[in-house]
Amino acid sequence: MTSTDQTRFPAGGVSAPPAGLRPAARPSARRAQTRRKWYEIVGLTTPALVVYVTFVLVPMGFAFYYSLFRWRGVGPPTEYVGFKNYVLAFQDPIFLDALRNNAIVVFGSLLIQGPIALGVALLLNRRFRGRSTFRLLAFVPYVLAEVTVGIMWKLILTGDGTVDVLLRAVGLGGFVQAWLADLDVVIWTLLFVLTWKYVGFAIILLLAGLSNVPDELTEAAAIDGASWWQIQRHITLPLLGPTIRIWMFLSMIGSLQVFDVVWVTSVPAVRSLGASATMATYMVDNGFFARLWGYGNAVAVILFVISFVAALLFQRFLLRRDIEGAITRRAN
Amino acid sequence: MTANSVLSRPASRRPLTWGTPLTYALALAVAAVSIAPIVYVIVGGFRTTPQIVADPAGLPDPWVWDNYARVLTQSDFWRQAFNSAVIALGTTLGVVVLGLCAAFVIARYTFRGREALHTFFTLGLLFPAGAAILPLYLMLRDLNLINSYYAVILPQVAFSLPITIVILRPFLSAIPRELEDAAAIDGADRLGFLWRIVLPLSRPALVTVGILAFVASWNAFLLPLLVLGDANLHTLPLGVQNFSSQYTTDTAGVLAFTSLAMLPALLFFTLAEKQIVGGLQGAVKG
Repeated sequence: MTSTDQTRFPAGGVSAPPAGLRPAARPSARRAQTRRKWYEIVGLTTPALVVYVTFVLVPMGFAFYYSLFRWRGVGPPTEYVGFKNYVLAFQDPIFLDALRNNAIVVFGSLLIQGPIALGVALLLNRRFRGRSTFRLLAFVPYVLAEVTVGIMWKLILTGDGTVDVLLRAVGLGGFVQAWLADLDVVIWTLLFVLTWKYVGFAIILLLAGLSNVPDELTEAAAIDGASWWQIQRHITLPLLGPTIRIWMFLSMIGSLQVFDVVWVTSVPAVRSLGASATMATYMVDNGFFARLWGYGNAVAVILFVISFVAALLFQRFLLRRDIEGAITRRAN
Repeated sequence: MTANSVLSRPASRRPLTWGTPLTYALALAVAAVSIAPIVYVIVGGFRTTPQIVADPAGLPDPWVWDNYARVLTQSDFWRQAFNSAVIALGTTLGVVVLGLCAAFVIARYTFRGREALHTFFTLGLLFPAGAAILPLYLMLRDLNLINSYYAVILPQVAFSLPITIVILRPFLSAIPRELEDAAAIDGADRLGFLWRIVLPLSRPALVTVGILAFVASWNAFLLPLLVLGDANLHTLPLGVQNFSSQYTTDTAGVLAFTSLAMLPALLFFTLAEKQIVGGLQGAVKG
């Protein structure tokens, strides 16, 4: 503590001096204080550490171990097969379909949700009466459970259902598809449902980011005669960069893991043909339900490695970008 | 209106004005796309299945309450709502308590290995729950936790800890040093400081973290699907899914069940939206 604290609290005061301010006069007292500090550190962090290590880190280690076996999940795994499960996965056309579908969801989400969310966030960032109500309504799909969303759209998109009837009513009957049954269409239908569900998350993040853009900057630009569009383009957007990158990162990781909406919305038969499978549904179908535990764990490791590498690459890319920006700014 | 006007800045220097007609037209379009499907489901619950089959896009004629009444008098629905509530509250409590303790140490103690500890927790952001679900199931099975609330609560707490600590740490670090010294002068040790000063002061951040954990748990599907085989322990998302696949011909019933299942999340979010967005503002500062 600072010297003023020490003068205010001479050693051996009448009441026991508070731990944080105890003067470091006697070595034994200091040692007791240090020991107490470590007790607190260990005591406060241990529960979180134990839960975190046990349920987050350890399972991935086990996944790798199990993935080296052919194993039906009963008794300990004994039939060691090396990396054969991994080879099998990459030879299975259904798994390759799942990989392709994940890629569609990752890039489709970024390319479609990003511009929409940006537009809506800029719109709902304008000051006008009732905008908080509109914000609330724009967020609603994001709060609904994935299962609810899946069942809802499944009912709406069913053959001769609401969507088909409405399309025919406005003379677009030619566009009617077997939305969830056509093997070439289903992944795009799912991408639509996922976009509807998750664009609200991007809007929330971007609005939070927009509220950090100081009013002074936009007001100054307006005084200098900049139009609304010029202000958005040259002031708001650049300042929103970090928020957009955080959203891109979270969206990418989420898209690689996507399970709930796909599982609930798509028909199992269509999924088993690969048309609507993702890595996660493929993993659960094969590992849990078909009881191919060794194989399923191999898929889990593949999914994990892909997510991990994507996350590291993204962070490295981001980090470089942000450092470059800082350096050039300083150089100027 | 006051509950909804939370997103506007507290003391806006400029008064709110009416926007241009174009602004309202666009905003209305956004709102329509967001809630039309939801309104459709809720209204559909007031129709009969023959009505729906005859005209999928029509309005109830006449309005029937029977579907909602049927779901609400089912013991399944209430049991599933109860299970969801227990698991979500348990998860929230665990996340907030464990996350606060760990973040407090990382934010307010100076010790060797502090940054390493922070990095170690942050690493968890790269371990998504989806990828770990199979080994997680096997581990819970070996621990004899399958078909218990703990099988859902413990992993959910674990996977929420990294983001919780990332959000809480800067918040706790920002509490002025002078407050800690003042508490010490008043005779509080560091744990007393945590309990009496930090806890009340960090309430907004804790509420944000808690709400995120609660909503994520309330909506969770994959983990409960694998570890809660016992129908008596099923949560609402499992219940909705089962109901819809069990009574495929009872479209009106499925719509009513789905509506009732999403109601709590909608209400909860409407009440807590201010906290979520307010709390995220600090997190996305970049």
